[in-house]
Amino acid sequence: MASLARRWRDFTLNNEIVYLWLRAPAAQIATLVATVLIAATLAAPLVAPTDPFDLATFSILDSFVPPVWTDGGDPRFILGTDDQGRDLLSSILYGARLSILVGAAAIAFAVVIGVSLGMIAGYFGGWLDTVIMRVADVQLSLPAIMTALLIDGVARGILPAARHDDLMFYVLVGAIGLSLWVNFARTARASTLVERGKEYVQAAEILGVGRFRILLTHILPNIRGPIMVIMTVDLAVAILLEATLSFLGVGVPASQPSLGTLIRIGNDYIFSGEWWVVAFPALTLIVLIISVNVVGDFLRDALNPKLR
Amino acid sequence: MIRFVGVRLFHAAFVMLAVSLIAFSLFRFVGDPIAQMVGTETSIEDQERLREQLGLNDSLPEQFGRFVGDLVRGDFGFSFRTREPIGEMIVARLPATLELSLVSLLLSLVIGIPAGAYTAIRNKSPGATAVLLVSLVGVSVPTFVIGIALIYVFGVELGWLPTFGRGETVAIGWWTTGLATLSGLKAIIMPAATLAVYQLTLTMRLVRSEMLEVMRSDHIRFAEARGLSHGTIHYRHGLRGTLVPVVTIVGLQFGGIIAFSIVTESVFQWPGMGLLFLESIRFVDIPVMSVYLVIVAALFVLINLIVDITYFLIDPRIRVRAREG
Repeated sequence: MASLARRWRDFTLNNEIVYLWLRAPAAQIATLVATVLIAATLAAPLVAPTDPFDLATFSILDSFVPPVWTDGGDPRFILGTDDQGRDLLSSILYGARLSILVGAAAIAFAVVIGVSLGMIAGYFGGWLDTVIMRVADVQLSLPAIMTALLIDGVARGILPAARHDDLMFYVLVGAIGLSLWVNFARTARASTLVERGKEYVQAAEILGVGRFRILLTHILPNIRGPIMVIMTVDLAVAILLEATLSFLGVGVPASQPSLGTLIRIGNDYIFSGEWWVVAFPALTLIVLIISVNVVGDFLRDALNPKLR
Repeated sequence: MIRFVGVRLFHAAFVMLAVSLIAFSLFRFVGDPIAQMVGTETSIEDQERLREQLGLNDSLPEQFGRFVGDLVRGDFGFSFRTREPIGEMIVARLPATLELSLVSLLLSLVIGIPAGAYTAIRNKSPGATAVLLVSLVGVSVPTFVIGIALIYVFGVELGWLPTFGRGETVAIGWWTTGLATLSGLKAIIMPAATLAVYQLTLTMRLVRSEMLEVMRSDHIRFAEARGLSHGTIHYRHGLRGTLVPVVTIVGLQFGGIIAFSIVTESVFQWPGMGLLFLESIRFVDIPVMSVYLVIVAALFVLINLIVDITYFLIDPRIRVRAREG
């Protein structure tokens, strides 16, 4: 029986991505930071000192307490408090959780739409291909933030105003997802075009396997590499889009602040010197995006044979 | 040449038609325009009369034809929220956005091209690595956070620069410019810098990768063999070859700049079109949203057209392909 150490060695030598990862310190640090951040935010209800959405847990008397290491800090509030007296650390944990959830859900949405349309365009070709890719081209000429803003605005017009707060999460996921599907569609289409001509697909076709079954069980597993790279790179984009929309005041409702909303609220207090209310949410957002970006860049380079 | 331009013009017209169709459906189907225009005390009969007057009972193709006709003539209708003619609102705000966009485009090119060339020529040197590291921050830090940080440092702590608005403006015909007064110039520094950061990193990375490729090509090796000085090789032969794609960058960047001007204008309360668009989203002011969409699309299409034609003129390969295809 092979020892555990030996098995680990075999694993790291046989799996290219793991092999490269073990030799890329920047990617290791970024993975660690991203994992810790995401784990901490997902576990926010367990690790956060207070629940920032529960009105009973904070008091206006505690408003604008500076961080604990400065004059006037309070050990109860490590990063200080905001205008309502909410613990900033808890707000950030819950806010980042919302940002990450919206970003991940939007990416999942974009993957489903983009990959299925791209695979259909690549596999069937013809007018379907032309129509799908034309739409993609037109959308690509508009920056994602603009598409997201437009969809957000239209949804606000269609939905009844009274239910905006409940539905904003879905509106955001839809708006961000619909503004990011093009990348997935183009990649899926290009990879499908390559796979379509290979023998295993022809064999499946001759055996009479249904076309959608071929797409799902034969082609999809073979094109997932590049799609996973775009998922990582675009996760950072999606989180950034959510933060921007919330900062502009057309994102999640103020009662359930995401990182972008926290920055918008904090922005009102920089003139009066309460810098920490905006600085810590902004810092969290930056660290989150940089670490996801670095992991994404690493995956892109590792899976791109041209660069090796 | 004429055929190439003709095909491009046809594409441009097609895109504009598609965008007008979207704008029209926005205007026509998102909410009831009549309900937005009249108060609650207007009787049903009056509402019906207004509906007839405005032609909302005509067939949809007829309505769409009229919508496009109005747009072409420059009649953009009225805002639901302020009841002002949208044409005037746009004209009043267009100069602010265009000045901001042009200044930041200029900034991003003037800094981005040399920085990109430097990181390519001194590839893997400590200086180039440092520049690239800073550029990673440039892509990752959201535009609005950069704006807030600048406001905090230069507006609040140091008090050197104004934190909102355009400063004093001078009217030249219908165009108002902030670039002719000292307060206007001071006011544009921070918004333009904020807007330029992201574009700057993009320019830099693109010029760098193009330049790395050019530096490996045969004509550079030949220039080295001829014993030309490094300066001549790098700037006369290397950078020149990379300048063709730069034309495309400018085109691509323009779209990004217009889009991100929405964010920048919001941070600095810059009275431009982006702020107008944002307000129209917040207050569900559909006519303003659809007109903004059409105008921005027209700007994009125009810029892309110019970029395509310039490309055609400076890159012989495209000319050959156009003749063959």
